[in-house]
Amino acid sequence: MNLDFSDDQKFLQDEARKFFDKEGGLTNTRKVMDESLSHDEALWGKVLELGWTGIRIPEEYGGLGLGHLELCVIAEEIGRALAPIPFSSSVYLFTETIIKYGSEEIKKNVLPKLVTGEIVGTYAVAEDMSAITESTLSCAVEGDSVTGAKIAVPDAELATHAVVLVKGTKGPELRLVDLNSDGVEISLQKNLDKSRSFYKVAFNNAQSSLLGDQGSGWESHVHIMDQAAVLFAFEQVGGSQQALDMAKEYAMERYAFGRQIGSYQAIKHKLADMYVAVTLAKSNCYYGAWALSSESSELPLAAATSRVSATKAFQLCAKENIQTHGGNGFTWEYDCHLFYKRSKVLSLNLGSEASWKEKLVSAMEKTNTLN
Amino acid sequence: MDFNDTPDQAKFRAKCKEWLDSNAKLKDAGKRINVESNLEELIAKAKVWQKKKYDAGWAMLHWPKEYGGINATPIERIIWGQEESKYDVPGSIFEIGLGMCGPVMMQYASEEQKERYLPPMAEGKEIWCQLFSEPSAGSDVAGLRSKAVKDGDEWVINGQKVWTSGAHYSDYGILVVRHDPDLEKHKGLTFFFVDMKSPGITVKPIKQITGTAGSGAGFNEVYFDDVRIPDSQRLGEIGDGWKVAITTLMNERLAVGDAKGADVNEALSLAKDKDDFGQLMIKNQAVRDKLADWFCEANGLKYTKFRTMSALSKGEAPGPEASITKIVSANKLQAIGNFGIDSGDMAGMLIDEEDGMSSFQAAWLGAPGLRIAGGTDEILKNIIAERVLGLPQDPRADKGLPFKDIPSGK
Repeated sequence: MNLDFSDDQKFLQDEARKFFDKEGGLTNTRKVMDESLSHDEALWGKVLELGWTGIRIPEEYGGLGLGHLELCVIAEEIGRALAPIPFSSSVYLFTETIIKYGSEEIKKNVLPKLVTGEIVGTYAVAEDMSAITESTLSCAVEGDSVTGAKIAVPDAELATHAVVLVKGTKGPELRLVDLNSDGVEISLQKNLDKSRSFYKVAFNNAQSSLLGDQGSGWESHVHIMDQAAVLFAFEQVGGSQQALDMAKEYAMERYAFGRQIGSYQAIKHKLADMYVAVTLAKSNCYYGAWALSSESSELPLAAATSRVSATKAFQLCAKENIQTHGGNGFTWEYDCHLFYKRSKVLSLNLGSEASWKEKLVSAMEKTNTLN
Repeated sequence: MDFNDTPDQAKFRAKCKEWLDSNAKLKDAGKRINVESNLEELIAKAKVWQKKKYDAGWAMLHWPKEYGGINATPIERIIWGQEESKYDVPGSIFEIGLGMCGPVMMQYASEEQKERYLPPMAEGKEIWCQLFSEPSAGSDVAGLRSKAVKDGDEWVINGQKVWTSGAHYSDYGILVVRHDPDLEKHKGLTFFFVDMKSPGITVKPIKQITGTAGSGAGFNEVYFDDVRIPDSQRLGEIGDGWKVAITTLMNERLAVGDAKGADVNEALSLAKDKDDFGQLMIKNQAVRDKLADWFCEANGLKYTKFRTMSALSKGEAPGPEASITKIVSANKLQAIGNFGIDSGDMAGMLIDEEDGMSSFQAAWLGAPGLRIAGGTDEILKNIIAERVLGLPQDPRADKGLPFKDIPSGK
């Protein structure tokens, strides 16, 4: 029995934590919010220097050739630091799609540049204010030309390329589009978390290349979402743990009625509930990490379980962290709102809690014996 | 990351399997396991099985060699438990003795006493129980009031214990009582072991909310009326009772784990089979939402346990993560029981004439007890907050006061 990360992976996680602390931690997140930036350019540059965008890219394409487990530990630290960088879009979603479904030519052209940062990627799915399905998909491809609009696309301004989920003649397809090409129009959309940026991307006969096979785009999309769900869940666990730690520190410092508020059971039990949620989420994420890294057929079940559990944990910890801070928690000055907002955005990025619960129960129905 | 045994663990598991295969039958997958209703039969069967294990050296793996154990590592105990649970063997009535009383005896009893009492305990000849809780001392067990008064070489015990599992069939018990009410709460306690057949001991089974005294491991009230215990049966110094008790309480909290009973799989099967509102329940969004939540909890607990085992397997001390198990599983059991009952709508409360209570009804009726036994939800949350997260203790109204001056209500 070894449901744990290796010493090397734990070392990498430790380094990542120190790195984000040293680079300024939440002050970077605040800077992006206060100055209405799309991301923290300096921080992103240093992440590129460390080679983290190439963690999963094979060495022959200039990457580090490591596995998903290394990505999981970095994700947890990004989540803890609320790092305002396009890591999830470019790495968990775009890069993973190219590695899995790109032709040899595309891989040769794209992967090395993802390592250096010349290419930054994103992934475009949503079209309106509802969960997309195979039959509601409207953005379409004819020949290689994509036409239609995607909304809530993360990091599209910085991104040079996008994977776009489109309707093809034989069913859904994943398409690679150069966002600087003709027929692509990008406009910023306001959102709840100003430390992350989302855009409308309109395509008007934009040129594209097919990723994977025609007609199997939906299965590919679902697989990429399942993989990313585990990584997003690690970000959510990192954020939950940090929100719990903040609440705990404040409960020790703050006095009311002549004693530390952390000595009241109303606060103790609230924090214990947060600890329970984080622990369940973390253990589910370990299961997800195992399924992801071992390419297990249990990935759909494991991914949905990690995702739902981590979404619940982060939303609980973020809101109860504010509550523990009382009035201070509602101010701009205290950091509580940064976690509250990020917890909401992370819970929606790959589809809402309800849509992942639906995937979870579907996977349960398909599994004959749950143990 | 993998779920495999190390070569040594695999070898140990194979040894367990081999012995179990030739001495017991695997559980029949589809078959409902009958709870033995006849207590004497249950005890007789359990004793036979325990003796068999004892003779082959499987009875108390973790005990030191000198008392008949094999100094097994925690992971080996878990492996044995996993394998034994696959076989149709009697439920253990020796857990409290082997898990809590044995270790205390090993640490505090004289050499002669250990030689006299430990082997029959391990062999299953003599059953032990633990006499801690009292009517006015549950969560605050150190507030207990049963009195011990020294009389020559003996102590005279008066008072009442409660929630004593198995007292009605136990031969011996470990007992903590108050020898001096003028001292502070924790300082006036002293620890003994007692022959349960001593004159003056009366055992009364507790009729639980189920309307019965429960199955084999039922609870009791135990009355002490001028019961005499020789001073030689004192464990630890006079006044060290709390220190001795705390060792056993720690063992108890580890032992009370996953609440057994109707689980998410059973809820899923029900939802797949049963109609409600004119369609299969599984098609109902409210039902799906609950199934997802329970699966996240059940799966989270399963892999929490795996994380603990991984640490033990590497010879590391496990983190505090296992502290969430009982809170999560007992509440989940109550919710799933409720769900199963409600699926019967207006008739959900009816009990089947032939089959008796459904597993959902049994879960719903039993779960309130599990949320209390071995530490209430509230006490466990305090423990997480104080020992895991490091929050300060509540200010206490009883601090520094002689026990007799502590406000006690009724």
